[in-house]
Amino acid sequence: MKFSEKWLREWVNPAISSDELVAQITLAGLEVDDVEAAAGDFSGVVVGEVINAEQHPNADKLRICSVSDGTAEYQVVCGAPNARMGIKVAFAMVGAILPGGFKIKKAKLRQAESFGMLCSGQELEINEDHDGIMELPADAPVGTDLRTYMMLDDQIIDVDLTPNRGDCLSIAGLAREVGVLNSTDLLPPSLSEVAPQIEDTFPVKVSAPAGCPRITARVVRDVDVTKPSPQWMQERLRRSGIRSIDAVVDITAYVMLELGQPMHAYDLDKLNSFINVRMASQGEELTLLNGQTVELNEDILVIADSEGAIGMAGIMGGDSTGVSEQTRNVLLEAAFFDPITIAGKARSFGLHTDASHRFERGVDYVLQRQAMDRATELLQDICGGEAGPVIEQVADQHLPKADEVVLRKQRLNSLLAFEFDDAQVEDILTRLGLKLLKSDAQSWTFSSPSWRFDMAIEADLIEEVARVYGYNNLPSTNPVGSMDIPAKPEVQRPMSLLRRHMVSRGYQEAITYSFVEPGLQRLLDDQNTPVELANPISADMSVMRTSIWPGLIKALQYNQNRQQNRVRLFETGQRFIPSVDGLQQEDVLAGLISGSRSPESWHGKDESVDFFDMKGDLESLFSLTGNRAAFSFSSAEHVALHPGQSAAIYKQGQLVGYAGALHPGLVKELGLQGPVFLFEISMAAITEGLVPAFSVLSKHPEVRRDMAVLVAESVPVSKLEAIIAEHAGDYLQQVGLFDVYAGAGIEPDQKSLALGLTWQHPERTLNDEEVNQWFEQVVNAMQTQLGATLRS
Amino acid sequence: MENLSQLVNEGLEAVAAAQDETALDQIRVQYLGKKGVLTAQLKSLGQLSAEERPAAGAKINEAKQQVQEAINTQRTIMASEALRAKLASESIDVSLPGRGQVNGGLHPVTMTMERIENFFAQIGFSVAKGPEIEDDYHNFEALNIPSHHPARSMHDTFFFGDGTLLRTHTSPVQVRTMEKQQPPIRVICPGRVYRCDWDQTHSPMFHQVEGLLVDDNISFADLKGILHNFLNVFFEQNLQVRYRPSYFPFTEPSIEVDIGYTGANGEQKWMEILGCGMVHPNVLTSSGVDPEKYTGFAFGFGVERLAMLRYGVKDLRLFFENDLRFLSQFG
Repeated sequence: MKFSEKWLREWVNPAISSDELVAQITLAGLEVDDVEAAAGDFSGVVVGEVINAEQHPNADKLRICSVSDGTAEYQVVCGAPNARMGIKVAFAMVGAILPGGFKIKKAKLRQAESFGMLCSGQELEINEDHDGIMELPADAPVGTDLRTYMMLDDQIIDVDLTPNRGDCLSIAGLAREVGVLNSTDLLPPSLSEVAPQIEDTFPVKVSAPAGCPRITARVVRDVDVTKPSPQWMQERLRRSGIRSIDAVVDITAYVMLELGQPMHAYDLDKLNSFINVRMASQGEELTLLNGQTVELNEDILVIADSEGAIGMAGIMGGDSTGVSEQTRNVLLEAAFFDPITIAGKARSFGLHTDASHRFERGVDYVLQRQAMDRATELLQDICGGEAGPVIEQVADQHLPKADEVVLRKQRLNSLLAFEFDDAQVEDILTRLGLKLLKSDAQSWTFSSPSWRFDMAIEADLIEEVARVYGYNNLPSTNPVGSMDIPAKPEVQRPMSLLRRHMVSRGYQEAITYSFVEPGLQRLLDDQNTPVELANPISADMSVMRTSIWPGLIKALQYNQNRQQNRVRLFETGQRFIPSVDGLQQEDVLAGLISGSRSPESWHGKDESVDFFDMKGDLESLFSLTGNRAAFSFSSAEHVALHPGQSAAIYKQGQLVGYAGALHPGLVKELGLQGPVFLFEISMAAITEGLVPAFSVLSKHPEVRRDMAVLVAESVPVSKLEAIIAEHAGDYLQQVGLFDVYAGAGIEPDQKSLALGLTWQHPERTLNDEEVNQWFEQVVNAMQTQLGATLRS
Repeated sequence: MENLSQLVNEGLEAVAAAQDETALDQIRVQYLGKKGVLTAQLKSLGQLSAEERPAAGAKINEAKQQVQEAINTQRTIMASEALRAKLASESIDVSLPGRGQVNGGLHPVTMTMERIENFFAQIGFSVAKGPEIEDDYHNFEALNIPSHHPARSMHDTFFFGDGTLLRTHTSPVQVRTMEKQQPPIRVICPGRVYRCDWDQTHSPMFHQVEGLLVDDNISFADLKGILHNFLNVFFEQNLQVRYRPSYFPFTEPSIEVDIGYTGANGEQKWMEILGCGMVHPNVLTSSGVDPEKYTGFAFGFGVERLAMLRYGVKDLRLFFENDLRFLSQFG
């Protein structure tokens, strides 16, 4: 809410500077976003009157004006199309200084002398108008300094109000708040009831009293709408960011700014039979004042006459019954609409109005008659006319009730850790408008004011006391608690450890969006249908990721496009997989490598990464669990991966992830430089480890036997390892694979594997016979199961 | 016997002149070998009387020893010279880069979250996590934000067709924690959050760390104390901090915390850094905690904002572009 400081100070005028006022209300929770001057910095500009205006003999677009400052007449050359005889203008006399330090001097324009300048609103930084010079009202006193006349030595304060403070969306509300903060009494303008001069009324009905517990209306006949609203009113509206429309509309806006009551004025002669506040019927159409035609539904509260809806209640009036230049008779309306009925409705039509903003937050439910009188008074002052009596429909049972709230002294003091003085608490709360109903040694009972919708429970009052006393004036301490050591299971490996491990393996952590482009995701995962956002920010961020791969691949693309060819990325985060048991939101760790194995270096030519670089990184990660043996890789198929270079990762037989080369077809389709290797593994699989268990060291010597076996090319090493584990006896300690060979000297479909087996007995020295026997068992089993032969 | 000392002198001269091991060995053979000139002197002892023999023998041995020692000394010198030369030939350019993998780095958002987590872990807060796709109840209702509440419009929520949504803050994790656990509760809830808003200063996805402490007699003073303490530790400065009344449906009183800094013209300025407040009794009640028995506070930081201030990053968008030239600056 923007407001004029001068206007506020008419209502309450504490002895503090503007800066202090701004700081004070900010620290009371009315956060000031901006403070700007009501006009540019200028001097020497007075109200002038154009006595005469003639065409410049040497220039089509210039006029030679004779301008009076009340004591003398000056010749001024002016280029504005509206410079004409009889108008009052902003006259910058010779010696004036305009915004930006621009000094007005005697000048000659096309041989005509000019003593001064007639100014536009923009030139004085009063408004944005630059189509012509400012025209001041006919009654503007000639010769008066413009700053004084327009009260321009003022500031526009823009305060960003939180949704609970609808009561401060008016000068009256702000003044009340400033009064509380300074313990200063208010000086509101005297408002009196306007006695009706005529008997005329108009039928007002309320069919939806829950949505509209109170409505007041009044007929005012014979108003003159052709006159503009007065300068001072237009200026105040301007300083609150509202443009003048016509006198009637300006008056309703003014009352809203002054008191906080949104109002509406109808052209009485355009209303049919009656007005009724009712719920809209489904599909009912209404053309609003802004020209927009909306289709209503049954949730929308409307004002209607016998012909249909003529306004969205609390949001915007209709076009058909609005005030125009032809209007002679008006019906003023001021209502209390239920906040919950109005909330969100404007937004659902893409609207946001000063009225909806206030009604959603709550308007004082006893304010309507006062606002009606104030508007009538202003209307008659400005436009004349005769007013009828106030028409009012009230549904008491639907009006908000003042809450009775008990505030316990002990609760107040312990929550704020401060001993408040009783009188101080009472002063703060009563100045805020609460009524003290009763008090005793332990507590007070207050009733809440009609303009506050956030004072229903004890905590609300505690907040108010703290706020007005000042958060910064309350004590600050360190909390004290019991020194329990929280449980931290050793089997649980912290994510921070895993992340740092990836970092030391050369991976850079990435964070990519959780919503991805559906097309890319489909290329990388054809198994899961992703969950789709109803209101995505864009089409390429419209589905939730079922894998981190789409994000990492986009990051790879981004970097490859910027000449970063060696890319090693990882990311941790959730993936979102719909399943029969509901949506699974699973934490995973994913990674991607591409480019050379090591950074460019002097250590000789570097090779491109391959599957085993990534596998080594993964195995190293698995080792952190203390249970590396639980993990295994086996060939698998995955739509995103190269069919011959992809693996499923298992932990204790359970599928926990995939790793492989990005399918060369995808590398090409996505315009990447390959090869690219990817993995993704369940976080749970790698964060859950083992607590180490010590086994006794043997004092007896190890025995090692090496074997070179020939097997078919297609036999995976894991099969041989399984046979060894099964047949090499109980004392096998270790198996090492130290060579894989295929090529010259070996049948084309065969490969040679060299393995070293190590045995050790915990309590005695092993003898050759038993070791030879185990070795034979292994060889025989390999021969029978895999057709393997020992290579001589 | 007169030429014994002459022989020794000649021998010593030869040793001194020797260029290498081979020459030394030749000298040893020439003087001290079986047929060496000094060895030959011993043979001449037979010509002497028995009385003269011991003294003359001792002299010859002494002469032999003298030559032997000279040879030994020269040999040591030569060996160390050879070693020196060998080492010199093996010298390397230690300024050349080392071999092996170069470290990657953590994302600055993760670094910042980990720092925050660590500070709070030291005073007994544990980390709690929760789903990012949430239901309306945990994201709004349980936090005292009913469907008609104006605060909903401040949240710009991403929805799914079934009414679930992307959490707009990590507060639902606090609710889920209180549903499972009675006080004392001390948790930190870090994670991704989402708002349907994208421009220079808003990202549709960002990170928050929220904290919750619920216990006996927790007061507003405790909240002020812990946050000022945290901010000082995070920025490693004694900061000026001010507390401004604000409004969040889930806390009351609600506070925005500003930190003070000096503007370009030396003026005192304030920057909003976090939101917090005493947990609203309705929130405690709906999560099964008795607000008469316990009180608590909650606070929330935007991680990107803290990271930007801490590391001097000027553009929010850099965080999610994953440009290696950006990421590699944080380590």
